[in-house]
Amino acid sequence: MKSIVIGVIGADVHAVGNRIIEYTLTREGYNVVNVGVLSTQEDFINAAIETSAHLILVSSLYGHGELDCRGMRDKCNEAGLDNVLLYVGGNIVVGKQDFPEVEKRFKTMGFDRVYAPGITIDDVLQTIKEDLGEV
Amino acid sequence: MHNYLLVDFGSTFTKLTAVDLDKEDLIATSKAITTVESNIIVGYETALERLYKKIGSKIEFDHIVACSSAAGGLKMVAIGLVEELTTEAATRVCLGAGAKVELVLSHNINNAEVQSILDKKIDIVLLAGGANGGNSECVIHNAKKLAESSITAPIVFAGNKDAADEIISILTTAKKDFFICENVMPRLNVLNISSAKDQIKEIFVKNIIEAKGIKKVEKEIDRVVLPTPNAVLMAAELLSKGFDSEKGLGDLMIADVGGATTDIYSMADGLPTQMNALLSGLEEPFAKRTVEGDLGMRYSALGILSAMTPSEISHYQKEGIDIVKESHNRVNKIDFISETDLDYIIDDIMAARCIDTATSRHVGTLKGVYTPMGIMYYQVGKDLTKANYFIGTGGVVISSKDPVSMLKRATKIETKTMELRPVAPKFLLDKDYILSAMGLLSMDHPEIALKIMKKHITEI
Repeated sequence: MKSIVIGVIGADVHAVGNRIIEYTLTREGYNVVNVGVLSTQEDFINAAIETSAHLILVSSLYGHGELDCRGMRDKCNEAGLDNVLLYVGGNIVVGKQDFPEVEKRFKTMGFDRVYAPGITIDDVLQTIKEDLGEV
Repeated sequence: MHNYLLVDFGSTFTKLTAVDLDKEDLIATSKAITTVESNIIVGYETALERLYKKIGSKIEFDHIVACSSAAGGLKMVAIGLVEELTTEAATRVCLGAGAKVELVLSHNINNAEVQSILDKKIDIVLLAGGANGGNSECVIHNAKKLAESSITAPIVFAGNKDAADEIISILTTAKKDFFICENVMPRLNVLNISSAKDQIKEIFVKNIIEAKGIKKVEKEIDRVVLPTPNAVLMAAELLSKGFDSEKGLGDLMIADVGGATTDIYSMADGLPTQMNALLSGLEEPFAKRTVEGDLGMRYSALGILSAMTPSEISHYQKEGIDIVKESHNRVNKIDFISETDLDYIIDDIMAARCIDTATSRHVGTLKGVYTPMGIMYYQVGKDLTKANYFIGTGGVVISSKDPVSMLKRATKIETKTMELRPVAPKFLLDKDYILSAMGLLSMDHPEIALKIMKKHITEI
């Protein structure tokens, strides 16, 4: 069973979507390691090390995701998680910005997949399976 | 008449506590210098003679059981993967089993770290790492390192269960003495203490006391059953939770200030007491023990000095106390016994500093985060603000003229607002030094042990 670390980053307490993601990924047969709301980059990374996770899925709903996610890839590399996949989704930036621009900025930061507001976990399942080499 | 004798082989003193089970009370207590270097029985017999003298005659005992922290106590190394997770979980298991954690190692261990295990003469190695189903490379690497080394100490494996088979084969091939237990952190942030803890206690009773020359005494007594701190933990948990109709005291804390270390115990769930605090990090055990190896009245007196601020040191200087000189005096002469009033005052100052700093390290802390919904707090560790009782034990606390002022240093103070210290606990004193003895007694007679504690550990 492959492990996926999920959680809500930064000073963000949005718990509902987090539970839906946990439910869905568990149903799909993954070992879901949920670090919960108000999580720091280190919480995600430490959990990924101990559970040998293949994917870290970061949620952010409150608009400050860009600040919270900065440097996360570097920390993963530093922690020996060179091959871990990083996804981010939710309302990850302040206001309504041009999404392709936002996506570009997050990809430069080292995220493999960046999702716009309104994308649900079900929309992403196929990509997860492909990225984890399961289809 | 049913009499029970409880023995505590300490690093300095061998302490005896005689209990009359029918009367459900203490008969007498006595102590003598521990003689583990020559023959442990000598010190025991001296203490026994003193006990008979106090009672006025020789009496028979139905049972004699002992706990021990003699000959350096139980020295352990805790090995894990991530410092805040499996390494911390492994450390807590060691402390919960009553061990002294001499070394804490994380991630892949190197040759120098293996050498430090040998140099520190570790009694038991606790090897953890990885949640179940998670990382197994690290713990296998570490098992190989231990296998290649000349380490003969028993190895307790309590890491990722997926790695167990491979580790069994590595350690079997290397002819190591090893034991397989449940993972100390089976899932993220979930703490599983009991399996590995029980194994450690069993190894202690079977092997360690023999290796340290303590087992000789089993000719005279029934047996040595526990490391002393573990007996104290058992007593404290009983005192907190109660037994059957005999009510416990609820949430409580204990400070034990010794010559080499300061131990703090807390018996409480420690869940957040304020609305906007969110628990984070590894789960906390109900019965928690922390040990500060740099805070002690003699061996570790210099650690107390470095815990003091320059302004504190200067404050005492103005009152005519050279705390720098005094702490050096104590560390240079570890059998220093206070005689004058001034000696006692200085001991009080130093013990108060031990309790203050050790409490800071034991209790949980809050960290503020500003969210769109206002300020929220992360709570890391236990919230002990509502602890009902704070109990003092250890020679320096018991012999102090003003133990209350000393113990008060553990309570909530304005300068440390983010530390979740007890706000208004009642202060109790273990004046007869019976906590470890009652922990031992509680294994067979919990209700009597509880009644005796409630009677003899009194409010001050």
